[in-house]
Amino acid sequence: MPGNPQLNANGELQHLLSIEGLPREILTQILDTAEPFAGVTEREVKKVPLLRGKSVFNLFFEASTRTRTTFEIAAKRLSADVINLNVSVSSQSKGESLLDTVANLSAMQADVFVVRHGSSGAPYLIARHVKPHEHVINAGDGRHAHPTQGLLDLYTIRHYKKDFTRLTVAIVGDVLHSRVARSLIHGLTTLGVPEVRVIGPQTLLPAGVESLGVHVFHDMRAGLKDCDVVVMLRLQNERMNGALLPSAQEYFKHYGLTAAKLALAKPDAIVMHPGPMNRGIEIDSSVADGPHSVILPQVTFGIAVRMAVMSIVAGN
Amino acid sequence: MNLLIKGGRVVDPASGRDEVGDVFVSDGHVVESFREKPQKTIDAKGLVVAPGLIDLSARLREPGYEYKATLESEMDAAVAGGVTSLACPPDTDPPLDEPGLVDMLRRRAKALARARVYPVGALTVKLAGERLTEMAELAEAGCVAFSQANAPVANTQVLWHAMQYAATFGFPVWLRAEDRSLAHGGVAHDGEVATRLGLPGIPAFAETIALGTLLQLVRATGSRVHVCRLSTAVAVEMIRAAKKEGLPVSCDVGIHHVHLSEMDLGYYDSHCRLEPPLRSQRDREALAAGLADGTVDCAVSDHTPVDEDQKQMPFAEAEPGATGLELLLPLMLKWGAQKKLPLAKALAPVTSGAARILGVQSGRIEAGAPADLVLFDAGQSWRVAPEMLRSQGKNTPFLGYELAGRVRTTIVAGNVVYEHP
Repeated sequence: MPGNPQLNANGELQHLLSIEGLPREILTQILDTAEPFAGVTEREVKKVPLLRGKSVFNLFFEASTRTRTTFEIAAKRLSADVINLNVSVSSQSKGESLLDTVANLSAMQADVFVVRHGSSGAPYLIARHVKPHEHVINAGDGRHAHPTQGLLDLYTIRHYKKDFTRLTVAIVGDVLHSRVARSLIHGLTTLGVPEVRVIGPQTLLPAGVESLGVHVFHDMRAGLKDCDVVVMLRLQNERMNGALLPSAQEYFKHYGLTAAKLALAKPDAIVMHPGPMNRGIEIDSSVADGPHSVILPQVTFGIAVRMAVMSIVAGN
Repeated sequence: MNLLIKGGRVVDPASGRDEVGDVFVSDGHVVESFREKPQKTIDAKGLVVAPGLIDLSARLREPGYEYKATLESEMDAAVAGGVTSLACPPDTDPPLDEPGLVDMLRRRAKALARARVYPVGALTVKLAGERLTEMAELAEAGCVAFSQANAPVANTQVLWHAMQYAATFGFPVWLRAEDRSLAHGGVAHDGEVATRLGLPGIPAFAETIALGTLLQLVRATGSRVHVCRLSTAVAVEMIRAAKKEGLPVSCDVGIHHVHLSEMDLGYYDSHCRLEPPLRSQRDREALAAGLADGTVDCAVSDHTPVDEDQKQMPFAEAEPGATGLELLLPLMLKWGAQKKLPLAKALAPVTSGAARILGVQSGRIEAGAPADLVLFDAGQSWRVAPEMLRSQGKNTPFLGYELAGRVRTTIVAGNVVYEHP
């Protein structure tokens, strides 16, 4: 097997493709770098010049508003030029191959490609074919990884809980189709969280999920007991009525987060959600808007974390 | 014409013979000896003289996919790999479901005068799993068996009738065991690696459930079934039990599955996108062991040339398959060395074992057998690289591997069809 494609010969971050395989030092470096950027967003003048003169191409083969926007804001705050390409409606429909699209953009002098693609592993393929000075940041590939989301989740947890090594974290819902869950699990286990739980019906948990280092619970009440952090996953509309789940109502009854279930977690537990939320399906409004919720701070931290990642891979 | 192959190490898997000696060839057949002076003599000193390989699954991509490979390029690859007979599955475009297509393929292959080509006809029209093909007509045109290639019949009633009909005429049926709905959408073994990489999985029981159905239908119909490309340990166990019971079943394994597992996917290596998927290490070991103890009758290359554009894609979108005709011999030798088998045993699954399934006289070195032979240097290793392969498909997970076993001369019906330059 070839070496880790995310790191350069000096062991530094060349691309961000997945949290899996990144050493603890690099994860910590990213979180530490994000700290002062979180301050930048509070300032009157929100710009720093770390990426001045650099071009960031947002290359989204799959629709996304939130992630694309936060990457755009992060790049602009670093003074980069940002080009948004909604590829799903342009070249792909004309039959151009993924690598041809990338080669064309590369000819336009890109420095960073922020890539979202419906197929797991697509950013690896791109990273293998870009020039040495170009960097690829995975903004979500299939079911595989969403590393900047995982990092912003880690940042949020560290912000509220400080020490990873005493935590119990539960991830609830559709782990099978979730790149967010996979990235977060790798991040938590790398940073030394002793107890990571996944909670969901068998139909929404992938084969051999225990091999990722998690404990499996099918009973949400048992799984939430004494948790410090509860991460709710989004349930896609198309999965609500079919062979995986009978109905959204039954799902909410067993796996939706309500105040009563949350009471089983620790009194100071925080509730997270990668968004967009389905209120009344995976989470009750009273919890989403309640005192334990850190869902909106997650979004704010997301910009700082994406600034950190871009400045580390491509900073002047 | 008389040909003398002199002083080679003659290895005949059919009889277990392994000794230095001469092989006499006259009029396309092996003979005991001849008195007259040979018209041609090949010095085989230091080389192994073995029956030419018989590959029960090699896609030649004609008709329909000439941009991926042509009959000529793939027949070149076959003889360069020491393969003297090959069976080609019916998944061409159009599929081999009409006698005219089969006839044309056979004549084109014959005109090229390289390896012998045995077409496998489609079991159902357009491989759609709905209507039976004219099997008797197809057999007359030269089909040696009937198959669904990688498109298993989804409707069990159609499968039952197809097996009944084939059994009526005594035609063998070659089928992969895969439950189509369980395999639907999957691209990798449903296990730890697929979970980590976020790839849709194909569970092992997609194979064993379908195999259970096949075995029940064999009991019901008496159809002779050859199960193609086993990929799981449980399936090997099921075949072992079925043979013990006396069912008329045989099976094969793709050579890639003998050597590779899900771990080899690495960071989405699309060369490891295969059908069936590469499974767990435990499955791989069971397949390699089953081949050694004879539960698995033969190994095939499952040669599938794919152009680079179709592989330079995200894993799930990449076209499945690997080129294999030129790697079959070295990969068999590698398996034999790992299992510490004598050379005759290591070659049996691709010579005498495959000949038994195909029902042909080749695959052995004895008086009267067709003179289909390969002369190779068992010790010479070579590095697998695109420019080393004659196949138009350069798609192999073994790129960069150092493999031992280099073909020097390939002989079909007493004629030299390949000589290492």
